[in-house]
Amino acid sequence: MDNAQLLISGLANGCVYGLIALGFVLIYKATEAVNFAQGDFMMLGAFVTIGLTNTEYMGLPFWLALPISLGIMGALGYLLDRLIIRRLFGESQTAVVILTIALGFVIRFVAGLIWGHEPQTLENPLAGKEVRFGGLVLGMEDVAVIVVTVLLTWGLYVFFSKTKLGLAMQGASQNQLAAYYMGIPVKRVQGFIWGLAGVVAGIAGILFAAKGSVDPTTGLLGIKAFAAAVIGGFGSLPGALAGGLIVGVIEPFASRYIAAGYSQIAPYALLLAVLIFRPHGLFSQVRVKKV
Amino acid sequence: MSLLEFENVTLKFGGLTAVNDLSFSVEEGEVFAIVGPNGAGKSTVFNLISRFYDPYAGQIRFDGHDLLQVKPSGVAAYGVARTFQNIELFEHATVLQNLLVGRHRHRRTNLLSEVFFTPSARRQELENREKVEEIIDFLDLQAYRDKMIAGLPYGVRKVVEVARALATDPKLLLLDEPASGLSVEETTDMRWWIDDIRRQMGITVLMVEHDMGLVSGVSDRVLAMADGAKLALGTPAQVQSHPAVVEAYLGKAS
Amino acid sequence: MRIVFKTDYMQDIRPWKDGYQLSLYLILLAVVFAAPWWLDAFYLGELTNVLIWAIAGLGLMILTGHTGQASLGHAAFLAFGCYANVILIESGVPFLVAFPLAGILTGIAGVTVAIPALRLHGIYLAIFTLALSILMDDLIVLAEPITGGVAGKYMGGVEIFGHLVDRWGTPEQFYWLVLAVTVLVTLGYINLLRTPLGRSFIAVRDSEVSAQAMGIDIARTKTVSFALSCAVTGWAGALMGLYAGAFNNETFSVVISIQLLMMIVIGGLGSIHGAFLGAIVIGFLPQFLSIAKEYAGALFGGGTVAIPGLEFGIFGMILIGFILFEPMGIYGRWLKIRTWFELFPFYRKDMFKRQKSYLKTERLR
Repeated sequence: MDNAQLLISGLANGCVYGLIALGFVLIYKATEAVNFAQGDFMMLGAFVTIGLTNTEYMGLPFWLALPISLGIMGALGYLLDRLIIRRLFGESQTAVVILTIALGFVIRFVAGLIWGHEPQTLENPLAGKEVRFGGLVLGMEDVAVIVVTVLLTWGLYVFFSKTKLGLAMQGASQNQLAAYYMGIPVKRVQGFIWGLAGVVAGIAGILFAAKGSVDPTTGLLGIKAFAAAVIGGFGSLPGALAGGLIVGVIEPFASRYIAAGYSQIAPYALLLAVLIFRPHGLFSQVRVKKV
Repeated sequence: MSLLEFENVTLKFGGLTAVNDLSFSVEEGEVFAIVGPNGAGKSTVFNLISRFYDPYAGQIRFDGHDLLQVKPSGVAAYGVARTFQNIELFEHATVLQNLLVGRHRHRRTNLLSEVFFTPSARRQELENREKVEEIIDFLDLQAYRDKMIAGLPYGVRKVVEVARALATDPKLLLLDEPASGLSVEETTDMRWWIDDIRRQMGITVLMVEHDMGLVSGVSDRVLAMADGAKLALGTPAQVQSHPAVVEAYLGKAS
Repeated sequence: MRIVFKTDYMQDIRPWKDGYQLSLYLILLAVVFAAPWWLDAFYLGELTNVLIWAIAGLGLMILTGHTGQASLGHAAFLAFGCYANVILIESGVPFLVAFPLAGILTGIAGVTVAIPALRLHGIYLAIFTLALSILMDDLIVLAEPITGGVAGKYMGGVEIFGHLVDRWGTPEQFYWLVLAVTVLVTLGYINLLRTPLGRSFIAVRDSEVSAQAMGIDIARTKTVSFALSCAVTGWAGALMGLYAGAFNNETFSVVISIQLLMMIVIGGLGSIHGAFLGAIVIGFLPQFLSIAKEYAGALFGGGTVAIPGLEFGIFGMILIGFILFEPMGIYGRWLKIRTWFELFPFYRKDMFKRQKSYLKTERLR
């Protein structure tokens, strides 16, 4: 029973990693860029919602605050692309990586200025409720996290693999020039994707803040989520979720069965192993450059 | 013995046969051209020689060596140099540095002698400089010597690529569409240079080219390819009037 | 504009353009050498710190700036060099042997990391090294018997020919020690760039296919680049440990890795100057901010408030500004300004224009 409990809480954690990883993969799939600030975006989403909902700030009702904060996050994502990322059109991937790392620093700084550095929790209607399932006791928040994550991943997967717009977006990433010739508005597609990634980060942030507490450094979780995205195979949405779940589950079990210090190490050790033996994640997508 | 020999070479990408049972040989001292419509497998032949691809079957020999036994980076050591269809220069280096990279296969110094710039490293650098300056003079690149590649016009880049290949001191020079994208004047220049490379430097040239004017002007023999296979082989005039070649280019006469 | 008439190949091969340029650099070296006489103890310490960061920057510059392999994990090699140096000294090896050895060992560690990482390109290599840096932090804790774990280690000063060189006791000597290492590394770097190996690094950075066609073994070149880069970084780490005096796993956290990469980007990728300029920004930014805060406090009344994360926030903004408006870093900007003056009034805006191209994926699906 103990193991099952551990597994469930690991899965719930893994879902949050998976959600952040989803944001990485979304942007990578559609624009071939890597957004290292995705974790900080999640932190920002959490704080925006806390700022709207918690009684010490604006005190709006939760269900009203939810769409507002997701809207804000979407707008932020879109503006980020519009004002900054778009200027890097045609620059190397590494430039975008360094830029978004720097952006993470700035977001952390700004969040600290506005909301302070104390850990805070989101006031939400699910708090404190429990679900009993056989002998297991599950927090309502954990259940919500798992359900929302699975639905969201499935929805995005269907969008990208079945709808015309989704396929157009994939085309835009694989050969921008060709996509441009085919009449795909490459830049507008990019803006939309960054907005979407902002919304996904917002959802992740809300779920995370409902489950536990956030402070400005929470965004560093993004690094772990990034590991998850790579383990799952960068460029595959279900892969991102799978990677997130693997990382989420491996952590508590490593600390329980090996030693306390290993919960930190296990995800990265796994990442190194994956990179060495399957350099491009579990679903390889890279070939040698053609001359 | 021929300088370069292809013997029944076949290359497959998945289900697609890119090169089909191809045999030909390039003799020392000649200019040999490969022509054919797009997708005929011309550049693939070059990439096979550069060892970027492993053939599915067949033999490739150069100067008595089995090329299939060496790594891609080992081909240059036998004296094979090449240019690329889409220009692959070292963008953020000067023309001079690009040419000096071409001298890499003659490196005799090791890490330590280079870091301390010992007399032997200095001697080697002087030799490299001498050789490279000769080539700069030969191809009229003096004006661009210390310019970054990133700022150079297309036509100059094409010449720099030829210069870099010559800097390796090759026996065989592979030119992948040397005239593509060049103006009429630049193409004429290229034609005289190819002629000079063969006559003055005694280097064998194997080239892929679409410009039939250039091909018939400089080459001794021409290989026409279509769909990865040999259509015709002979003098430029023979190949141009060969019925199979006419058909491949113009379609079947109805 | 000064025009140099070249009459000899050595004029191009030697590192300086003409006597004028050489004398400028010699004057700079003399001024820097004399720093203990014109700087107070505090700023001398800061300058020492800047030089150490510059060495680390040179180390990363070899790999990232000249070979084009982005590493987000060089703090791991700083740590390796630092612990190797101190552990060797503690076990009785004299500093003058332990210090070079620490760098060489770090270089070997770099090679063992490079071999599995050879197949990784661009972003994947960055992730690989990032994970490495995070793991290093934990490994230091786990290897407590050797490394002292969370409690860390302490190394006051080192003995050179029976003479104690100590960051606090004899700051001048320590400064000169660091300066000597800086000069040696820089000279070695300059030599590297004018000989075949350095050029093969640049070739691998700019085009792997044509580097191969020129007879350059990509895997070997990358491995050698890793080795050199890590060795230099190891020396920087050893000096960092001596400078800090006490250090533990957190001294070389992943944040340091990121900072190091950002530093050379700000300074200017692909140039030796860039490592130094970036180190100056990193080293003096905190001082500059605290002075600015004092002024702001005096202007608007009220005391100086501590704003946590300010340094990193400002740093991030500077970096974003550079990537957007001057991707070639401070050194690139300086080149443009210099050219403007040299060519006045003939400077054209597109002289340093870089090609932009549409992105094509290297993925199959």
